[in-house]
This record gives sequence, structure tokens and C-alpha cells, in this order.
Amino acid sequence: MSEHEHRPHDEHSHAEHAHEEHPAAAKALELRVRALELQLIDKGYIDPAALDVVIDAYQTKIGPRNGARVVARAWCDAEYRRWLLRDATAAIASLGFTGRQGEHMVAVENTPQVHNLVVCTLCSCYPWAVLGLPPTWYKSAPYRARAVKDPRGVLREFGVELPETTQIRIWDSTAEIRYLVLPQRPAGTEHLLEHELASLVTRDSMIGTGLVLGATGATSATGAAGRAP
Amino acid sequence: MSYHSNADLGGQTVGGRIVPEPEGELFHAPWEPRVMALVVAMGPTGMSNIDMNRAARETLPNYRDLSYYEIWLAALQKLAQEKGVLSDAPPAPRLLLRPNLVAPVLSQASGYSRSPAAPARYALGDRVRTLAAKPDHHTRLPAYARGKLGTVERIHGAHVFPDTNARGLGECPQWLYTVAFEEQELWGAQTPEQHATISVDAFEPYLEPA
Repeated sequence: MSEHEHRPHDEHSHAEHAHEEHPAAAKALELRVRALELQLIDKGYIDPAALDVVIDAYQTKIGPRNGARVVARAWCDAEYRRWLLRDATAAIASLGFTGRQGEHMVAVENTPQVHNLVVCTLCSCYPWAVLGLPPTWYKSAPYRARAVKDPRGVLREFGVELPETTQIRIWDSTAEIRYLVLPQRPAGTEHLLEHELASLVTRDSMIGTGLVLGATGATSATGAAGRAP
Repeated sequence: MSYHSNADLGGQTVGGRIVPEPEGELFHAPWEPRVMALVVAMGPTGMSNIDMNRAARETLPNYRDLSYYEIWLAALQKLAQEKGVLSDAPPAPRLLLRPNLVAPVLSQASGYSRSPAAPARYALGDRVRTLAAKPDHHTRLPAYARGKLGTVERIHGAHVFPDTNARGLGECPQWLYTVAFEEQELWGAQTPEQHATISVDAFEPYLEPA
């Protein structure tokens, strides 16, 4: 069934990027996917036109900008924030973000005392409805192995150094509950509008591997120029 | 034959760095979005449920050598084979995902919560101990959290039970709890302290009173 070559563990780049360096292996995978797709079309299980629509949805509609809108709303509206922390599924649905891998949402709030970090040690559970497809590192063995045991070391790899007194709260997504981190609103952003705040919110800050930097930062989450006050 | 998950990685020593990735970088090969979409589109067909998918992935013998979309591809191929979808007389799909159905299917929240068969056994703040024994089938209690003392922090109602659902034995809804552990309880006093608390979402059959 499988025509995989066995690849020994690569200490540095791990399996995720291995095929990029092996064009023959990439070509073999391409053919294998194509063959399976054709079989499933032939058996009446797949409409290839629907695949294009699915891909487009996750490339253009369902991604971390959705989560950023939730966070910005919570920063601007105290009542919404309370609702989000009490019933995240409903509060998030009210902004139009529902469905696959977002059916049971819990929002966890970062404070000066507590920093939240989300992982799925057993597979790659991730809140697709608000963050889209998980990044490669989130699904990788090093992150899944170490987030629960060495969270400060993991955060350091993302350039995040927390005070020793900060309590780290790690949520291992082992069932169908999906977690969204509500990051701390950076100082000096009181004058920003909700959509400007949303542009500061990074995907990683909603997983807990990043912090939201202030509006004085050089770049915003989407890579556009920052809005200096 | 004994069941073994190759995906239960929490707390293990594994090599490799964590490589941060920019937000827009979703795929690393042209076939990857295709595999993602195939897996999503096969959901409504009813070929397999989410727990069967996870079981098929975690039992791939070469799991640790594969990239994530390779894992998805291999498991999809395995399940399509096992469920007779690739046979000469495949069962009819429950629903064939057409382009106009994609948006409603992706945004509909079917969910995994169900009516409980009995009242919850535990209350917020209860001390509980997780089962120490490794079951001989798909389960969602990670190895690092087996036989550990924790506290019930949240109660999520009754949810589909992966341990039976993965084996085609029905949804058998069970109460689901967030159970939090102190780091020393999980890793021992020898491990350098991180000032961390770790929780898992645990189904009631994984727990006993402490």
C-alpha cells in the first residue's frame, strides 16, 4: 500500500520539510495523491470541484484573522469579553465563526499572573474555525513532546521570555474542546480602533507561543506596516 | 495483537527544533492542499468518524518518519481500503460533498456533546486519579497523564467517547472534564520547575476518585 521511502530521523529539519529537498519523493507523493483522488472520484465519493472550494475556504476565509477579530472585540467590549470567557462557542458564533473544529470552544485569558499555552500532544487538534489550518510546528513532534514538559524552553524558541513568577497554564487538547488564548492587550493601544487592534493580533499569540506587541512594533500580524501612534 | 499509538508524544525526548512559520504559509508542496481537502470532503461521506481517522493515523508504523499531510494521506488510503470504498462494490456515500455544500458543511456545528446517560460522577474541585493501565485500543488519555493525581477544573457535559467510537462500537457518551495536574505530579520532583500547571480533557471512565 505504501511506497514511502523510509527516512531516518533528521535532527534538524524533521520530516515536515524533508520532501522539499527530495524532488523525486515529492513527485511520487504528487502521483499517489492524484491516483487516490481519481479512485475516490470513480467510486462516487469525491467531487473534485468541491476540493477546490475547500482549499479556497482555508486559504481565504477560515484563518487566524477570524480569531484576531474575536480578540479585538473582547479587548474593546467588556461585556463581550465576559461572554467569551463564559461561553466561547456562542460568543465566537455571534461573529459568524462556527463549524468544523470549532464546535466546542473555550477561551482562556492571559493576565500579568497567568500565561496560557495550547497543545495537542496526541495529534494536531486545533481551533480551525478561528485559526484555520494549524502551522507545521504545531503538528510537529518537538512541539507536542516539549510543550507540556518544558514550556519555558518552547517559548524561548519563539523568542518569548516570561517572568519567573508568571504561572504557565498548559491546555492539552485531548478531546473535542478547542482552546483560544485571549492575549493581553498591549499598553499604548487605547487610541486604536477595533480593526486596528485586530491587525496587531498574531496567530501565535492566540496559541500562546507569542505575545501581542504594541502598536509601536515595526510590523503588524499581517505583515503590513505597523501603525505607530 | 496489542494496540500501540505512535502519536502519543507528550513529555517524550525527541530531537529537532521547533521552526516558527509565517501566518500565510499553509502548504509546502502542491499535493498537500489536495490531501487536506480530500480528508475534509470524505467527512460527510460517512466512510469513517473522527476517532477512526485518529486511530488510523496513530497506528501507522512509520508515523514518526512522515510529515503531517503524509500521515493524513496514508491513513486516508488505509481507511478507504478497509471500509470497502475502493472495492468493486463500494457502499453508497452518506453525502457527496458538492461545491455548493462546502460552505454550509464547513460552518455547520454538528458537535460532539450528547445527552448524558447518568449524572456526572465528579464535581468541580474534586481530586481524581487517572487510570494507570494502558488500554488495548484507541484512547485519549496521554501516557504522561496515566496514574496521576489531578483536580477537576471544568465540566463540559457528556461527549462522544472516542474509545468506543473509534472501534465502531457506538458513541457511548461520557462526561468530559478538564483535569489539571501540578507539574511535579507528572514529571517528578527531579525535573526543573517551570511554574506550570498542565491539564488534559479526560472522559469519566479515565478517572477514579482520589
